[in-house]
Amino acid sequence: MTEEIIIAGFGGQGVLSMGKILAYSGLMQDKEVSWMPSYGPEMRGGTANVSVIISDERISSPMISVFDTAIILNQQSLDKFESSVKPGGVLLYDPNGIIKPPTRKDINIYKVAATEKASELGLAKVFNMIVLGAFLQVKPVVTEEYIEKGLMKSLPERHHGMIPENLKAVQTGKKIVETVQTL
Amino acid sequence: MAKELKLMKGNEAIAEAAIRSGCDGYFGYPITPQSEVMEHLMAEKPWEKTGMVVLQAESETASINMVYGGAGAGKKVMTSSSSPGVSLMQEGMTYLAGAELPCLLVNVVRGGPGLGTIQPSQADYFQTVKGGGHGDYRLFTLAPATVQEMYDFVFLGWEMAFKYRNPVMILSDGAIGQVMEKLYVTDYTPRWTNEEIAEKCPWSTYGKPSTRKHNIITSLELEAPKQEEHNHKLQAKYAKMEEDEVRYEMVNCEDAEYVFVAYGSSARIAEKAVQLGREKGIKVGLLRPITLFPFPKKIIAELSTKVKGLLAVEMSAGQMVEDVRLAAQFRCPIEHFGRFGGVIPTPHEVLEALEEKIIKA
Amino acid sequence: MFNPDIIKPENLVYKRTSVLTDNVMHYCPGCGHGTIHRLIAEVIEEMGIQEKAICVAPVGCSVLAYNYFDVDSQGAAHGRAPAIATAIQRLYPDNHTFTYQGDGDLAAIGTAETIHACNRGENIVMIFVNNGIYGMTGGQMAPTTLIGMKTATSPYGRDVALNGHPLKITELLADLPGTYYVTRQSVQNAASVRKAKKAIRQAFENQKAKKGTSFVEVVSNCNSGWKMTPVAANKWMEENMFPFYPLGDMKVDGQKVSK
Repeated sequence: MTEEIIIAGFGGQGVLSMGKILAYSGLMQDKEVSWMPSYGPEMRGGTANVSVIISDERISSPMISVFDTAIILNQQSLDKFESSVKPGGVLLYDPNGIIKPPTRKDINIYKVAATEKASELGLAKVFNMIVLGAFLQVKPVVTEEYIEKGLMKSLPERHHGMIPENLKAVQTGKKIVETVQTL
Repeated sequence: MAKELKLMKGNEAIAEAAIRSGCDGYFGYPITPQSEVMEHLMAEKPWEKTGMVVLQAESETASINMVYGGAGAGKKVMTSSSSPGVSLMQEGMTYLAGAELPCLLVNVVRGGPGLGTIQPSQADYFQTVKGGGHGDYRLFTLAPATVQEMYDFVFLGWEMAFKYRNPVMILSDGAIGQVMEKLYVTDYTPRWTNEEIAEKCPWSTYGKPSTRKHNIITSLELEAPKQEEHNHKLQAKYAKMEEDEVRYEMVNCEDAEYVFVAYGSSARIAEKAVQLGREKGIKVGLLRPITLFPFPKKIIAELSTKVKGLLAVEMSAGQMVEDVRLAAQFRCPIEHFGRFGGVIPTPHEVLEALEEKIIKA
Repeated sequence: MFNPDIIKPENLVYKRTSVLTDNVMHYCPGCGHGTIHRLIAEVIEEMGIQEKAICVAPVGCSVLAYNYFDVDSQGAAHGRAPAIATAIQRLYPDNHTFTYQGDGDLAAIGTAETIHACNRGENIVMIFVNNGIYGMTGGQMAPTTLIGMKTATSPYGRDVALNGHPLKITELLADLPGTYYVTRQSVQNAASVRKAKKAIRQAFENQKAKKGTSFVEVVSNCNSGWKMTPVAANKWMEENMFPFYPLGDMKVDGQKVSK
């Protein structure tokens, strides 16, 4: 199993930390992992993005340009990365602020209204964990047990009190993810 | 030795390795994309753990000279920077090489020339392995391709630096500096005591006991014949490195008809291109130089008699390829593929370049 | 007529300090460097810190200072001595690292290193020899060259419009919170030599007590560069350098001295 993921959105949406938690969870589950922040051709310019690879084998290049999954959190990122999803791959997006939805017919598309849900629940801080939950519902590359371990490992101890809230958000995401199209 | 698993950025791995390898002092100045080195050190407060000194200097010029002072006094000292900052340090590097001072330098390369970009690049190859500063000198140069190697090469760097009394450069790039990967860290190696320094570095200026003559650290010589003699000594040292210290890795080269030559990040990308090529039935392999000086000339010469072509893959307009050509002596086609200015090539582009420039040509 | 009694130990009235080597100094006859070297060496001997003293020599006339001080020494790149001394002293906090620098080294190319070492309050001693000229390279204009003073690169005299003003770096350093002791001395006669030695001793004592940066400027002559006899050079220094670079303590025990 090798899962090559891009997570892209605005700076401040928790893109990098979502990737980090995913990578830490993979690490705890004894996978090979890499986490590569916005760096390279598509750096800056309003969007933040991170490539995460989770694999059972040695990872050759942590720098990748096509993805098994794109997790998209704003229109700019959708415009930029829709075409980079491998045929048969997954595009997961938050419809908030999306005026031109994805159009590709050769990929699986899901959406998660995480922004809306987070503000409804007053959980803006764990917005990214709702998105992560939605992704794990679609592609269970790490199990929930290891998400908890990943959070323990990646968060400083003074923030460990926030772990239950984060896990609840993951559950919420799993429940509210919607299928737009499957092949 | 007990090992602990962490997930860390390459830059943080350099800092963590410094603390755990018994480094005495780090002197630096912030610059993207390597600022995490000093940030990690300042957060870890190693002066409380191991007694290591960490100082943010007023410039790269000052930090490289702080390295000179510490190294001249027999301590394990280091600095890190990125391309524009490293250009500013060239004065210090030639003095360090001239005075034969062991120390560790790290360049997390970004796109140039000038202020350039903050994205990864390998365009400082010439500067690193061909001089950079004035005079005939060499930096022992290690090119890590993983976060683990960023860590491990700090240890190897100290070993080489003190074995040869020579500055060691870890030539990395923004991608390896910024990426987070699995990292196994080792136990803390204690710093040398002053007695150990006196024993291991009897030439150093730690304060003159009444039992010996005063030690002088300098690169100045007023008489040309003596300076020529000193140069001969340096050249003999570099020749010894070329004889004994060449390091490289080969991937899928046993049956290869074509071989990528790539170091650092480019080697990671080329390794992926090897996989893609093999899937297409192209017998392609990878030679990854780990030491850039000394450069793996012999294995390249050997490969050049066996394969149908070599493709140097670099994030530069073509620098290492010159050394590949010198080593291979045109015994087979040798081409270059590079993206530069901070652009990272994709594995598909690399494979396509092999097909276009070598296989079809 | 050799009188063997002279070499009897009980007749010894003066001897060269053991902290200076036997090497013949390359300084011009009449130059102040030799005297300043001797004062530093005597202080090191009297304080019993030869084993802890580390000299950082500059680029300039005193580039070979490490051949004369019998202490561990490093030769710095031009202007970088304060950065080098910073590292040595931080790595060996009980040692006595000192820099010995000229005006071009300390106040032109090394201004940033000088100011920042002093501002951090590095526990080092800095000896600054100011003769208003680049002696080693053949008498070019220095940052401290006086207005109207002729040098190889100001052959018609230093002109503010063309060359800017002379830099009173010592006054500037006295204003920095990191400096503990800042003084300006000279060595052209016996009385001034005694005062200068006292100042150098004070600087090393401060360092021993880990007080921060101690900075001793010595206004000196350059009879070769100034193209004068040694006697005339000292007279010219008293009449022209001292009014612009007034002697005396500027900061003592971390407190500025009011004029």
